[in-house]
Amino acid sequence: MNLTLKVWRQQNAQAQGGFETYQVKDISSEMSFLEMFDVLNEQLINEGKEPITFDHDCREGICGACSMHINGQPHGPWHQTTTCQLHMRAYKDGDTIVVEPWRAKAFPVIKDLMVDRRAFDRIIQAGGYISVDTGNAQDANNLPVDKHKADESFAAAACIGCGACVAACKNSSAMLFLSAKVSHLALLPQGDVERKTRVVNMVEQMDKEGFGSCTNTQACEAECPKGISVQNIRRLNAEYIRSVFSGGE
Amino acid sequence: MPLNSKIPAGEMAQKWINYKNTCKLVNPANKRSIEVIVIGTGLAGASAAASLGEMGYKVKAFCFQDSARRAHSIAAQGGINAAKNYQNDGDSTFRLFYDTIKGGDYRAREANVYRLAEVSANIIDQCVAQGVPFAREYGGLLSNRSFGGTQVQRTFYAAGQTGQQLLIGAYQALERQIALGNVTMYDRHEMLDIVKIDDKARGIIARDLVSGKLERHFGHAVLLCSGGYGNVFYLSTNAMGSNVTAAWKAHKKGAYFGNPCFTQIHPTCIPVSGDHQSKLTLMSESLRNDGRIWVPKKQNDTRKATDIPEEERDYYLERRYPAFGNLVPRDVASRAAKERCDAGYGVGSSRQAVYLDYAAAIERYGRIECNKQGNHNPQIDLVIKLGKEVVKEKYGNLFDMYEKITGENPYETPMRIYPAVHYTMGGIWVDYELMTTVPGLYALGEANFSDHGANRLGASALMQGLADGYFVIPYTIGNYLADEIRTKAIPTDHPEFVKAEKEVADRIARLMSIKGTESVESLHKRLGKIMWDKCGMARNAQGLREAISEIRALREEFWKNVRIPGSADGMNTELDKANRVADFMELGELMCMDALEREESCGGHFREESQTEDGEAKRNDEAFMYVAAWESKGNNQWEMHKEPLNYEIMHPTQRSYK
Ligand SMILES: Cc1cc2nc3c(=O)[nH]c(=O)nc-3n(C[C@H](O)[C@H](O)[C@H](O)COP(=O)(O)OP(=O)(O)OC[C@H]3O[C@@H](n4cnc5c(N)ncnc54)[C@H](O)[C@@H]3O)c2cc1C
Ligand code: SF4
Ligand code: FES
Repeated sequence: MNLTLKVWRQQNAQAQGGFETYQVKDISSEMSFLEMFDVLNEQLINEGKEPITFDHDCREGICGACSMHINGQPHGPWHQTTTCQLHMRAYKDGDTIVVEPWRAKAFPVIKDLMVDRRAFDRIIQAGGYISVDTGNAQDANNLPVDKHKADESFAAAACIGCGACVAACKNSSAMLFLSAKVSHLALLPQGDVERKTRVVNMVEQMDKEGFGSCTNTQACEAECPKGISVQNIRRLNAEYIRSVFSGGE
Repeated sequence: MPLNSKIPAGEMAQKWINYKNTCKLVNPANKRSIEVIVIGTGLAGASAAASLGEMGYKVKAFCFQDSARRAHSIAAQGGINAAKNYQNDGDSTFRLFYDTIKGGDYRAREANVYRLAEVSANIIDQCVAQGVPFAREYGGLLSNRSFGGTQVQRTFYAAGQTGQQLLIGAYQALERQIALGNVTMYDRHEMLDIVKIDDKARGIIARDLVSGKLERHFGHAVLLCSGGYGNVFYLSTNAMGSNVTAAWKAHKKGAYFGNPCFTQIHPTCIPVSGDHQSKLTLMSESLRNDGRIWVPKKQNDTRKATDIPEEERDYYLERRYPAFGNLVPRDVASRAAKERCDAGYGVGSSRQAVYLDYAAAIERYGRIECNKQGNHNPQIDLVIKLGKEVVKEKYGNLFDMYEKITGENPYETPMRIYPAVHYTMGGIWVDYELMTTVPGLYALGEANFSDHGANRLGASALMQGLADGYFVIPYTIGNYLADEIRTKAIPTDHPEFVKAEKEVADRIARLMSIKGTESVESLHKRLGKIMWDKCGMARNAQGLREAISEIRALREEFWKNVRIPGSADGMNTELDKANRVADFMELGELMCMDALEREESCGGHFREESQTEDGEAKRNDEAFMYVAAWESKGNNQWEMHKEPLNYEIMHPTQRSYK
């Protein structure tokens, strides 16, 4: 198939960006979306132009690096699918596809489609862990964990930190990402000790990073490639209230 | 220089205990002034950096991704081994040791492997304490699955996302140390050289990939946790960015490279679909637990899989290896698939694929569920429905991934799979302390050569990465650093830093000035094809000799004709790739030389000249029971040193899985 691509180009964080239009030919429906970009980049290099910069690594939907806003949707049209797992079967000959970077104050553009998502790391630094040094663990089976709780915790821990939830949200809120981490740890007995301080500190950091507030439009859940549920946001709110009203410590 | 593996004296089971009891320690006050550089934040790097930070060392950690959490370890699927014997099926430290040595076809060092088996149980404890949500049974205890090459169930897992969950655990521990100020994180940084002062590793040169600036960093010791080099084949299951550069720079600065030709070709990957292919996707080995592998009994059978009746299917692994069946080790399963396809029994449009079939497993699980519900005479529709639910819980994310890539529904029709490059057992040579031949320079995880011999068993890489980072290096590094407490931080205007930075800058300038006509990607693809055709699943002397001269020619072409658009002042992903591919072009030659020199078959290294009558790999212990440790002599010249392997406990025999 032949396609028209309108792609955001921006030389660096300071530069003004803008859309450029490209044509690609003979795209096979078996290609992934990023392989289609490989074809375009190869074409640009052959023409002596700079290829388009974008983040990607695993190309298996698990590292969370890829981050393209495709025709108005983070990660494009397929439900619960990252950009790298989106395949060209989704398109037909003659389509025009508009590709932009994540748009959020807390995720400044580095170049073209690549953004800086380190704000997520700093949110984790604020409390997204269990404080246990190496060598301090008891036998793993001394602590049975209810299977349903463990499964729920796993479902929240499946977040890949891609930032699509932020990109999808009209307020650029990071609530889904944050709540996934709070849930992962709050659902496990190991996470209980630091439960109160964790949520307060992480929320504080999120606010500092310039993410917007959550107005419950649930666009995040709809666009999350890992199916992280807004149920987690409810849990986060409950955790937060519990911790604030019991006086933090 | 003679190789000293520094294996402690004494009984096998006492070596590590004795070592820990007698190695030197660094007191807390001194640790605060000792700096350690960690290259990589995969399982090996993140666990090492976090643990060393907790201990009080000043750590600097580097990765080329935008976040430590995205290291390639994140993609590991199936699970992690540990000798917990929770299933009461006869597992023990000894059995895990035994399986690993045998699985590696008797080309690994006994003492290292024994220690690995010994600390394996602690890994699971540590990860659970960190909140890693492993799969559990209804009673709340941990669940296990089986993996290839073993007869016990010792693999711990989190659906098909075990690597992700383990890495998130290590990443969180690392982020905690960053918050505490014990670790400084340098993401989007690429290490481009090692700095040696008075023969010791004392720092690195790194490029900030965003600004394009070169940086000098001092460390009393440097840890390479930079992963494997499977991408030398261009197509592999590795992440796109995985590369050999860090290890290769270390090699060129004096670290010997161990068994470079030992590559693992994984039997169950989604087959290549066309020239556009950028990487190959693994379908976890855990799928061989329940799936059955087959091809049609008739050559060039073009019927749909579901139209081929049971009696016309050849379950060739079950036929050839009745004792292990579909769970033979990877090297054996891969070669068997290649044999069937080469003989004309392959399936799919390319004929380079075999089936991995879940129909029988779905029915079996469905019946178990019906029985649980007290329904002993269920309708087949119900059986299938319940069976699919069980399979979905165990392997759902893998099945979804298969469907997204191929457009076929694996719950309804068998998956098509074919072997693909997956893992490199070879790597930087290290001694028992994980130190390379350069004092103060260590290699951990997939970057080193140490534990898997000529073939790695499934679920053992995660175990090794975390063993190295959490439980080995915290002891062994102290033994070295205890003598370094008087070494003050060396200012980075030291001539060796200046010289190393200049070399890196010159090479970048040279790459940028070529302004040729062929893209990095295209040259990389050509290298990959040479490697796959001549140094892949089957190798022979003639092919390897051809490969060596083809690689030399290609390398020359690369340095004359590569085209890198843009400039070096700022983010330039083509330059990043070119830096990596230039190193692959040298490594490829060394791999072929090593493969040529090793005139035996062992594990994943199959020399066509050395096989048994029924086509199995034939070792030659008399001549090749050693680790080949290659020393770089500059200008793509190498000298090979041998570390003989002495088996105290194991009695090497022809490996049999029949
Ligand atoms: C698809 C897949 C599935 C797998 N499944 C399993 C499994 O189920 N069980 C199992 O045991 N094993 C599995 N493996 C193997 C296992 O995942 C890897 O061997 C292991 O994760 C490697 O970990 P590592 O820490 O050594 O390196 P990696 O995780 O590869 O990390 C390398 C790190 O080094 C950094 N780095 C590299 N070079 C540089 C440089 N020059 N400068 C700065 N930073 C650098 C990278 O940024 C990264 O942080 C699987 C592998 C693949 C490909
Ligand atoms: S919650 Fe979903 S969309 Fe947000 S970072 Fe995690 S995986 Fe991505
Ligand atoms: S590239 Fe890793 S999730 Fe898309």
